[in-house]
Amino acid sequence: MPYNCGHENLMSGISILGLEGTAWNLSAAIVDEDDVVVENTATYKPPTGGIHPREAAQHHANHIAGVIRKTLEKRRGRINAVAFSMGPGLGPCLRTVATAARALALSLDAPLIGVNHCIAHIEVGIWKTPAHDPVALYVSGANSQVLSYRAGHYRVFGETLDIGIGNALDKFARSAGLSHPGGPKVEELAKHATQYIKLPYTVKGMDFSFSGLATAAHEASRKYPLPDVCHSFQETAFAMLVEVTERAVAHTGKSEVLLAGGVGANSRLREMLGVMCNDRGIGFYVPEKRFMGDNGAMIAYLGLLMYKSGYRTEIPDSKVNPDYRPDDAVVTWR
Amino acid sequence: MKIIGNGAEAVIALEGNTVIKTRIQKHYRLKEIDEGIRRDRTRTEARLISEARRCGVPTPVIRDVTDFEIKMEYIDGTALKEIINIALSEQTGELIGRLHSCGIVHGDLTTSNILLKNGKLFLIDFGLSYLDKSVEARGVDIHVLFQTFKSTHENHVELIRAFKKGYARTFSDAAYIIAREKQIESRGRYA
Repeated sequence: MPYNCGHENLMSGISILGLEGTAWNLSAAIVDEDDVVVENTATYKPPTGGIHPREAAQHHANHIAGVIRKTLEKRRGRINAVAFSMGPGLGPCLRTVATAARALALSLDAPLIGVNHCIAHIEVGIWKTPAHDPVALYVSGANSQVLSYRAGHYRVFGETLDIGIGNALDKFARSAGLSHPGGPKVEELAKHATQYIKLPYTVKGMDFSFSGLATAAHEASRKYPLPDVCHSFQETAFAMLVEVTERAVAHTGKSEVLLAGGVGANSRLREMLGVMCNDRGIGFYVPEKRFMGDNGAMIAYLGLLMYKSGYRTEIPDSKVNPDYRPDDAVVTWR
Repeated sequence: MKIIGNGAEAVIALEGNTVIKTRIQKHYRLKEIDEGIRRDRTRTEARLISEARRCGVPTPVIRDVTDFEIKMEYIDGTALKEIINIALSEQTGELIGRLHSCGIVHGDLTTSNILLKNGKLFLIDFGLSYLDKSVEARGVDIHVLFQTFKSTHENHVELIRAFKKGYARTFSDAAYIIAREKQIESRGRYA
């Protein structure tokens, strides 16, 4: 019976262990072709201010053995490969996690797979939502990009010319005396706004810029109530992101938008993207929250896609790249 | 009135020999932001269309500008993509060289946005145009055009060579821009 074959394949399915630690979140997970088997996370929380790269790396070094051990306890059978974030990210953090990944691959006698962190965010979203071939808006602390797949690569249609939207929010929040991470606090305060204050809206061609906005918002917060400035910051920055996303949709002719990355947790950003997609009559997809911020499952899942396509990273080629662009990665699995 | 174009940002209608470009309202953003952007961009676009003409780049004559609307001359020409050849590509290079000499970046150079009428090339759709004298902005501008050469025209190598010849004739900094375009191509982003 043909069903037996299918069933047996499923039983002997592929399991990939993924390690993520590009910034403040250290996370290990095992996924198979159906779902996430296990995930464990240790988060670095700065006592004051923002993320210090060296201290975050020290945090990862202190916790990675425990996180991996706890994850391996829940494994079902053999680990077929160890996937890790090769970049982009903070150099010291990337190196710490890559070192652990190499050691783990050797001890498990499994191949290593170095993955692009940005693409992992998108692929896990495609896995966990009905989206097939979307235009993705990827927004996190350090990254803000509009991407879509075409002919062997994820193409970057638009991106920030300076800092990521999350860092812009954090920078402004810190200057206004709010603690890290600032995004959720800005979102909360914005709900109590009574007026909009004009702030610089910067879209150049298909790219956007946030550093001028963060500075202008800081100056405005000396003159206006903080909730009004938070509201105006969000409305301005998110309108820029949605505009470029819409342009990429018009340009590619695609009929789906996927939201990815930690800032995607913001409900006002979701609402604005939802309105744009509804007006254009296209689908809008957001994975559940655990797959939006940095997580080990997304690294393991992209590792699984790459593993099935025959991709392997030899140890000498496993050097991290803090500036690893998603459009530099060759897509072997589509 | 006949709708002849429907983009992400604007609707283009034709009335007699007048084109009416209207920037449409976006419901996702606050009314204050929406109206500010549409008003600013409409004004900038109209200004750059006129300024390009003063720099020797044929463009539609502006007939009226209101908050969100530009009324301009309809150029009843043939799109470059239908008729491009080596001589026209060289002529396009001269055209863009004059535009860039003036500090204007078109922002959306394609062979659909260049029209031939009575032996003269016209540049249209300044919706994404801005003033910028940086090597990078101009490099991206010509790179985008080369991409459309590559994707739609068989003899793109000769076309690009001819374009560069014309470009260098009207623009003294052409060599820097052409070198940067090579780098931009190797980055492989604006596809």
